[in-house]
Amino acid sequence: MNSLIIAGLLLVLLGLAYQTGWATSRRLATPQGVKVHSRPQYHAALVAIWTLAPALLILGIWAWLGADITRAYIVAQIPADILTSLDQAGLNATLQRIGALASGYGVAGDILPFEQTAADSLRGFQFITFLAIVAAAAGLGILALLYARSRISPRLRARNNVEIVISVLLMLCSAVAILTTLGILLSLLSEAIRFFGFISPVDFFFGTVWNPKFSSTTAGDYGSYGLLPLLTGTLWVAAIASLVAVPIGLMTAIYLSQYAPRKVRAVIKPVIEILAGIPTIVYGFFALVTVGPFLKGAGAMVGLDISATSALTAGLVMGIMIIPFISSLSDDILNQVPLAMRDGSYGLGATQSETIRHVLLPAALPGIVGAFLLAVSRAIGETMIVVLAAGNSPVLRGTPLEPISTITVSIVNQLTGDTDFAGPQSLVAFALGLTLFVMTLLLNIVALYIVRRFREQYE
Amino acid sequence: MTDLQGSGRKAATERTLLVRAGLRRRHLNEQIFRILGIVAICAALGFVALLFADVLRKGIPAFHQATLHLDVTYDPALLGVDPAPVRAADQSDADFNDVTLKWQRDVAMLNWNKVIDAAMQAVTPAGLEIDSRQLLTIPETNARHVVREAFVADPSLLGQTVRFDLLASANVDNWVKGNIDRDLGDAQQQLSAPARAMIDALEANGAITQDFAWGLFTNVDSRAAPASAGLAGAFMGSLYMMLVVIVLAVPIGVASAIYLEEFAPKSRLTDLIEVNINNLAAVPSIVFGLLGAAVFINFFHLPRSAPLVGGLVLTLMTLPTIIIATRAALQGVSPALRQAALGLGASRTQMVFHHVLPVTFPSILTATIIGVAQALGETAPLLLIGMNAFVAAVPGSVVDQATALPVQIFLWQGNENRNFFEARTSAAIMVLLALMIMLNAVAIFLRTRLERRV
Repeated sequence: MNSLIIAGLLLVLLGLAYQTGWATSRRLATPQGVKVHSRPQYHAALVAIWTLAPALLILGIWAWLGADITRAYIVAQIPADILTSLDQAGLNATLQRIGALASGYGVAGDILPFEQTAADSLRGFQFITFLAIVAAAAGLGILALLYARSRISPRLRARNNVEIVISVLLMLCSAVAILTTLGILLSLLSEAIRFFGFISPVDFFFGTVWNPKFSSTTAGDYGSYGLLPLLTGTLWVAAIASLVAVPIGLMTAIYLSQYAPRKVRAVIKPVIEILAGIPTIVYGFFALVTVGPFLKGAGAMVGLDISATSALTAGLVMGIMIIPFISSLSDDILNQVPLAMRDGSYGLGATQSETIRHVLLPAALPGIVGAFLLAVSRAIGETMIVVLAAGNSPVLRGTPLEPISTITVSIVNQLTGDTDFAGPQSLVAFALGLTLFVMTLLLNIVALYIVRRFREQYE
Repeated sequence: MTDLQGSGRKAATERTLLVRAGLRRRHLNEQIFRILGIVAICAALGFVALLFADVLRKGIPAFHQATLHLDVTYDPALLGVDPAPVRAADQSDADFNDVTLKWQRDVAMLNWNKVIDAAMQAVTPAGLEIDSRQLLTIPETNARHVVREAFVADPSLLGQTVRFDLLASANVDNWVKGNIDRDLGDAQQQLSAPARAMIDALEANGAITQDFAWGLFTNVDSRAAPASAGLAGAFMGSLYMMLVVIVLAVPIGVASAIYLEEFAPKSRLTDLIEVNINNLAAVPSIVFGLLGAAVFINFFHLPRSAPLVGGLVLTLMTLPTIIIATRAALQGVSPALRQAALGLGASRTQMVFHHVLPVTFPSILTATIIGVAQALGETAPLLLIGMNAFVAAVPGSVVDQATALPVQIFLWQGNENRNFFEARTSAAIMVLLALMIMLNAVAIFLRTRLERRV
């Protein structure tokens, strides 16, 4: 209701301001030939900006401070003797009851007299403040509107002013990307530092045992948080994924870019790229219910003991997932190798495959390495496949045939269901996240650097 | 002389032979290489086919579900409930309301299983020894709610017999579909021997059929009555999140792409933003989940499990995709268009918004849809902000507790009743994939359609 009124107010202000600006501007242009700097819609837009800015400012300040002010008001309404008898939780409960009473929603149980009076005065307070805020926003808006209207003159550079506002807005939008990175870095760093207050970085980065204990059962004993079992698990999965994806992806790219007729290429390329668009939870389910049991059965036939959920299962399916990354990137890169090199090789009598192996691939190697690193970074950060299919067993293993756990799996396990980041049990997720972030960032920077160098070489 | 010629000719034939042999080998290698390429493509295509075939094979049966057609009698003697209160002439609104509420409470407190039990007894074949407990394992546990709600909605049903299409329990569904080995001993069967005999009898006389599982789309998730678990809540949760993503990511993404491409001075800062966006695009999605947990939930105290927070996290994740695609589209606009606009006296802003942007509209739209499709399938960050909570309601707004389609898949695959939920999960995957394919198809359609016009 309230938000509807406010939205309505803003809309009315907007329409009024635009209309006023438009009409005033149209009156300037007379048949006598007064030259107006800006067209009417710019005057109108400028007036609208002038009008909305102060109104929005008031509403923004209220949205920011309103809750605290209201809270302080209710606390002031509670008699002093009752206030002193309440602890923090009790106070919050009382405040909630009063708020519910004031909203007319009602509360369970008996209503204490002081609650009723507080609720009554709160209702009045809320009504008056709401009116005051709306009036202030509307009043300031109208004042600003009048001022802006009075400024409209043939020489007012309204278009330039509006354009400045637009470019500032655009700049703010592009700052969101920076803010996101900053947010990631700050939140990961600050929580990770808190974690290192419990567990020393040496124990974390070089520990070989991962055995976090529940905070409720063991006071003081946090368990061990060694990264190495998770890291080896992550690397096992990434290595197996690359072993699957690199040959298939690279050969696909070579065939599509060098051999396939245009029509075949136009059909097959998008079909393979479907693999990149499938949600990872689907791959995870596929790995868990189909690939895992299949591998277990196949292993049993040749006398190998393969666990249904293992690094092999997860790595194999993840390899399928990253085939399109490798094939698309390699395809682009192979196409960037200058035709002259290829034609030169043909001219000397080399066959197509010889040209590819001895000329194209060496020339494209840096780019392909870059593509490979990008794919590996994707595999390291992938979560759902390993959550479902890697077996969640954080133990150092020398074989990929057994269940393992990875960094991403542990993040999910440690953080899911926790709200307060008080103990190392949940804070460790941020230390793991930081490790993951740094690893993928380094891989990406190196990969992008290599790819860029490669492009420059042939441009 | 002749000698020399002879040896020369001999050498020449030897060389020809050598070259021929070499050529044969080289052509063989060529063939092998080419075949390897074809094998790789077949492997990749095979994986696509295998994945879809597997999901379809497992999921399609779940769209039909064992349904029990049961005649339920609202027997006054059995129910022992008064008829619904009728309003007396001199009764006030409040009094009547009170009486009605009391009556509804009484109705809710009744043991409706007795009614179901009686209805089941009535269809039990003669000679079959089966007790009530075993009978009640056949309909899903929510059957009593269905029967009760029909009565509350229409109290005049008292004393009448109504035919209900009730969902059979998950175990019955498994039995009817043959997902359970019928030869297993009693100890390994979920259903007792009489119940199994009864199911077979009911199926033979048409009281249990496999009907289309509308509940999959119209019901919310359920733990007490797994056979009635549906996707409605998760679907709405995903829809709200996508709305948040579209409302935030598109304007912000397009605006920052315009700024970086058209307005930003070539400076250190601009370079930094560029590198930064490229790196953000490659940050693992789970890190965005950590960001959401630390910033939106812990710092700003936004509600947990809310589509709003999920949408914000997915927005940040989708932004780089939209920015990069929009920039690529802006770069592709011919310089002639810009120069023509500037030459006619348009300002930079006018040039961008009136001339360049409309031309790139199809590409931006496509990028947006692809970004949204990507966000729709994302699971990992949502787990960290509490969207994996069990929510048995359709969220009414962006701040209500909700779950999302991919998270629902994650929750269902972990259900203990694997026999039943494996198919259910595959069906949910089919729904998710269908949505994503639809989005992508729309993107492709719009692109070809709009690009032709430009």
